[in-house]
Amino acid sequence: MKNTPFTQFHIALGAKMAEFAGYNMPISYSGINDEHQTVRTNAGIFDVSHMGEFIIKGPQALPLIQQVTTNDASKLTKGKAQYSCLTNEQGGIVDDLIVYCLEENKAYMLVVNAANIEKDWNWIANFNKDFGAEMHNISDKTCLLAIQGPNATKILQPLAGADILNLPYYSFIKTTFAGIDNVLISATGYTGAGGIEIYFEDSNDAATTIWNAILQTGTPQGLKPIGLGARDTLRLEMGYCLYGNDIDDTTSPLEAGLGWITKFTKEFTAKSILHEQKQNGIQKKLVGFEMIDRGIPRHNYLIKNEAGETIGHVTSGTQSPSLNKGIGMGYVQIQHATLGNNIFIEIRNSLVKAQIVKMPFLS
Amino acid sequence: MNFPANLRYTKDHEWIVLNGDIATIGITDFAQSELGDIVYVDIANHQTLPAEAVFGTVEAVKTVSDLFLPVAGTIIEVNAALEKQPELVNTDPYGEGWMIKLKVDNPADVEKLMDAAAYEALVG
Repeated sequence: MKNTPFTQFHIALGAKMAEFAGYNMPISYSGINDEHQTVRTNAGIFDVSHMGEFIIKGPQALPLIQQVTTNDASKLTKGKAQYSCLTNEQGGIVDDLIVYCLEENKAYMLVVNAANIEKDWNWIANFNKDFGAEMHNISDKTCLLAIQGPNATKILQPLAGADILNLPYYSFIKTTFAGIDNVLISATGYTGAGGIEIYFEDSNDAATTIWNAILQTGTPQGLKPIGLGARDTLRLEMGYCLYGNDIDDTTSPLEAGLGWITKFTKEFTAKSILHEQKQNGIQKKLVGFEMIDRGIPRHNYLIKNEAGETIGHVTSGTQSPSLNKGIGMGYVQIQHATLGNNIFIEIRNSLVKAQIVKMPFLS
Repeated sequence: MNFPANLRYTKDHEWIVLNGDIATIGITDFAQSELGDIVYVDIANHQTLPAEAVFGTVEAVKTVSDLFLPVAGTIIEVNAALEKQPELVNTDPYGEGWMIKLKVDNPADVEKLMDAAAYEALVG
């Protein structure tokens, strides 16, 4: 099991630790509900250094990225980022990722899921045989902290060498942070609560300096460390997909509700398959649902219709700490995937009533 | 971690205390701490079950765990307070967070379970 540069701090703070994507990661500190509310109402810090980062450089960088991703990276200008997907030859999702434009037409950073670092690298490198861009996997030396919540930027502003209060969503700057140079501060996140994510290289104890500075500044203002447990409940309330649960190699971006990042105005892997899906319609669709009767949906529970026939399965589910009811996402056959439709989740051999609702669950 | 001396314990982390032939049963302080925030306790009343049978489930935010009956008997009451406040299992596992009242088949079965010292040794 690998450690991040912050693992020792999590253990010292008494976090419940568990293996995630090969890393020893904090699952919770004060309790998932408390951590969840802290992020929704104030600010919390997440160590997500297990995520992967690739640098793609040179004149062939943009053509390569355009080939392997579904969103249109040619729209990006320096300091802007976009959510995107890597598609396989069948139109399934190799991974979801964020593309950062470091220098227009010259240098980009791709941020990928920890569990997929090797798979994504090999996938992109294989296409790169035809493109010849310069590729660097900087995952192991790159730290990533997410500081999320309505007060996150206000709390951190004194540590930053530039204005972070007015950083537009999916924009970023490189500046100093807590005295460390070359920190990439990005107005992104996986919580829907606002805040930033910061990327930096762990050299000269930068990880310790930055972690301590954030906790020293933030703790008196109520900032708390947050584990992966609350990260999951926070993202699910927003209807954000989790790779391996809600999207994978067998689900297409259109089925997953990611049509908005699938741009048919450019070429990319499996474009023709996805275009056909768009023209002819999809067979199944990822929907969000809320429990009407008492019960908590969980990954892989069956979704049935009133007659008890299986019409799909749950991909993510939890008790929503904000709404105090069971919420979930799952794929259902397209003819059942209508907003307002009642569906039934099979929980311990009982059919428990739920309703398909618009996402995000939290408005 | 708290393990009251007047209770008996199981390896599945339930506690039991007997009053005549009626037992009160819940999960231990160790169990609630391992589970984290409990959000749902799902138990059907009036079940007659053998020892170690699953009598219900307890759900934390991220996990679902079965509840195992410490001794044979018939459930005669489920703690109604847990319907609205499942977090009582976290805040007061041996008090307001109790789960069921059980009419036990054989009160002597309870004496055969672990005492506080044995249980503490198991989880310590």
